[in-house]
Amino acid sequence: MSTGVTATTQKTVGGIRRKFAPWNDPAAVPLIRYQNVTKRFGDFVAIDNLNLDIYEREFFALLGPSGCGKTTLMRMLAGFEEPTSGQITLAGQDLVGTPPYKRQTNMMFQSYALFPHMSVWDNIAFGLKQDGMSKDAIAARVEEMLKLVKLEKFSKRKPHQMSGGQRQRVALARSLAKRPKVLLLDEPLGALDKKLREETQFELMDIQMELGMTFLIVTHDQEEAMTVADRIAVMNHGKLIQVDQPAVIYEQPNSRYVADFVGDVNIIEARIEATGSGTSTLRAEAAGDMPLTVHQEVASRPGDTVFIAIRPEKVRVDLDPPTEQGANCLPGTVWDIGYLGDLSIYHVELANGSRIKAAKPNLTRMVERPISWDDKVWVSWSADAGVLLTS
Amino acid sequence: MRKGLSWFNVSSIVLGFAFLYIPILLLVIYSFNASRLVTVWAGFSVEWYFKLFQNQQLLDAAWVTLRVAFLSASVATVLGTLAAITLTRYGRFHGRMLFSGMIYAPLVMPEVITGLSLLLLFVAVGFDRGFWTITLAHITFTMCFVSVVVQSRLVTFDRSLEEAALDLGCTPFKTFFVITLPIILPAVISGWMLAFTLSLDDLVIASFTTGPGATTLPMRIYSQVRLGVTPEINAACTILIAIVTVVVIFASIMTKRQEVERERAERLAAAEA
Repeated sequence: MSTGVTATTQKTVGGIRRKFAPWNDPAAVPLIRYQNVTKRFGDFVAIDNLNLDIYEREFFALLGPSGCGKTTLMRMLAGFEEPTSGQITLAGQDLVGTPPYKRQTNMMFQSYALFPHMSVWDNIAFGLKQDGMSKDAIAARVEEMLKLVKLEKFSKRKPHQMSGGQRQRVALARSLAKRPKVLLLDEPLGALDKKLREETQFELMDIQMELGMTFLIVTHDQEEAMTVADRIAVMNHGKLIQVDQPAVIYEQPNSRYVADFVGDVNIIEARIEATGSGTSTLRAEAAGDMPLTVHQEVASRPGDTVFIAIRPEKVRVDLDPPTEQGANCLPGTVWDIGYLGDLSIYHVELANGSRIKAAKPNLTRMVERPISWDDKVWVSWSADAGVLLTS
Repeated sequence: MRKGLSWFNVSSIVLGFAFLYIPILLLVIYSFNASRLVTVWAGFSVEWYFKLFQNQQLLDAAWVTLRVAFLSASVATVLGTLAAITLTRYGRFHGRMLFSGMIYAPLVMPEVITGLSLLLLFVAVGFDRGFWTITLAHITFTMCFVSVVVQSRLVTFDRSLEEAALDLGCTPFKTFFVITLPIILPAVISGWMLAFTLSLDDLVIASFTTGPGATTLPMRIYSQVRLGVTPEINAACTILIAIVTVVVIFASIMTKRQEVERERAERLAAAEA
């Protein structure tokens, strides 16, 4: 692939990505609909009366800790589990009761589940053969898939003769070969090392765009979900906590759970002193007698307890009190420093003993940082940096 | 650092091996004895091997034994594999414990009891005893061994392989034959071989369930020995030992070669990655 071609594809892809938001269009018809879906395993409620719409060509991520129900939700779409109650439709057709081998979904398994006794070629051709496609058509499709995942030279290999990354590509090619209406990816990159995982994430996005298909990915890795997905559903205990675009999930989480699960966050418990006209003033034990301001209104009344969530990269740490007007500013002592190379994370102990994390990019090549352990410092953040959460 | 063997280790090994192999070694040596008296050495000879192949009774018995073993092992493999699949797959159905316990019972049941109860059954239903009753009895008692071997393989079987096949449009029935069976085949084959060997050397159950005209090799050998051990019997046993040894060595070489091949392929893949 020449760089010129890449540049133009990227440009159009970018254009499509920027405008793609069918979930905001009331006329758009969802491809996948979960309606009042509940799934119980004995007494355990895996999915709790859940509603979710996923649109065509969307790259949708289900994110949550293990046991939150995300895999069950996906397996119900593939047909490996049936909902206890509720309806699941794909392109307007009710799926409940249809066995997996009659559904137009394909899945890429966490273990890849490559057939060990078959070559790469036969693995990819397996699904096509079940459909009774002609030999020529199968050969053409398999070649196309091998080219897509850049494994043309490996078609005769058996799965155990390949590296983890190559196996992952075979699994992807096999699940894409039948051109399913939805591709389901169950922790698809979990077994790869960090570098390869990051590369593959971008490749997955490109493939999804190129084929114009709907992808549903299950992951517990929030960075992965943020990178690949158009929308993310954060799940816990069989419920959807928040469904939105990655930037909204990160910058405007709707609860402490989401704020804490996606990325790193400081949560400060505070009482409302006044709220209205786009600004709230709060008192917090962590801030001593200094009032805190957040440019956000909440429905709570003065005296109610709320939580301020601030991302560490939005907290500044300085040796001198900052001069900026209107910022929230607190004195403290450096308790710990985590040096990550690109960033340093400062854990600063406040007057009441609670700690706040501040991430500072290391912009210069100094080995000795100006701020060290036990230094008296000032942490500050603007009134736009924090989010008020009531739950 | 190499740990030296203490006198205790050395003597344990020597005694252990002596205990296991001296009787067999004696039998092999005396099968080449020129003397008709089993316990007196009179020089090397292969005379008894020629005599053996002229002994029509022994050859007939060997043929019956092979047919019984082949047939019963094959049927036991099918039944045992099905039982193993049911026990590993259909998780916790009512009476699962009872069912699996009942499958394993013949493993620990004294052979005399198995033999006697089968005999009573055949008599009760008026079944003519002979080749078919021995075969049925052998199916009954070897099936559980097959089931144990196949079950241990199925426990580590990745269920997502079957799910992947279903997901790609393959029906459950076909999935069993194109995915599950080929992958567990080595275990099924070892189950078959185990059943075959067990049937081959069974004396007790065969004695209970046999009838006129169906005498297996162990039964023939036993009845001849009661009239006095002949070097001919030694020769027959030596041939059996040779067959078993060759099969075992062949099987281990095959396994080892597969392992080496696999390791080589994995190294190759790792180097390319």
